[in-house]
Amino acid sequence: MRIEFKQVRSTLVVKLSGEFDMLIAEKLRREIDSRLDSKQISNLIINLEKVTFIDSSGLGVIIGRYKKIHAQKGHMYIVGAAPSIEKILVFSGINKLIPIYKNEQDIINI
Amino acid sequence: MNIRNYMRIEFPSLPENVSFARACVGAFVAQLDCTLEEIEEIKLVVSEAVSNCIIHAYDNNGNKKIVVMASIGDERSLEIMVDDFGKGIADIKQAMEPTYSSDVSRMGMGFTFMKSFMDDVEVRSMVGEGTSVTLRRKFMYHDREALA
Repeated sequence: MRIEFKQVRSTLVVKLSGEFDMLIAEKLRREIDSRLDSKQISNLIINLEKVTFIDSSGLGVIIGRYKKIHAQKGHMYIVGAAPSIEKILVFSGINKLIPIYKNEQDIINI
Repeated sequence: MNIRNYMRIEFPSLPENVSFARACVGAFVAQLDCTLEEIEEIKLVVSEAVSNCIIHAYDNNGNKKIVVMASIGDERSLEIMVDDFGKGIADIKQAMEPTYSSDVSRMGMGFTFMKSFMDDVEVRSMVGEGTSVTLRRKFMYHDREALA
């Protein structure tokens, strides 16, 4: 899995590609948290456009970051999930906490 | 079940092997001529069962043994067994509850996915000896249904 970070003002964009399971979960959690702790970031966008698989280890990282961002009164969004990935997000109920958008542009436009 | 074909893999409890296990079973299941969506569901449940072995049975110790078996029987039936030889589950009922996790940083969705995407989930466990999870599912005959 590849992880790319981009910061746009107070928003951290994390772009993932590949399979999102326990192999990457812990590393991703540490990398996101170190950025959330050290920089002036209030919002988080997780871009899943190039993610081909997700299981509960991946969902756990997303929900954990949501709790952190929410506690800091920030906003979190998920973008670009393919239908097979979105199905799992909806099934887990994550979509009730974190809005899912088609692409990053849609969030900027709201 | 009248077994028509089967597979068995054994590997150490390394996180790298979660994707290996689900890819293997996914490729094996493809001979049932099921949909891509169904194969994705099978890969997900294998991923959950194997992740459980690594995280819960072995506390992330990477040099323990996991065995995954899958068999195909009559009427497009599939049975998958995931065995570990770890610490076992004291309260199976509680472990299978939605959103229950012995680790608060986790979602506790594993068994929920298994129960949702499979027809039957059977868990046998002995504290100190290990856990065996059996997942069963029968696939519908898409083509015949479409023709009927």
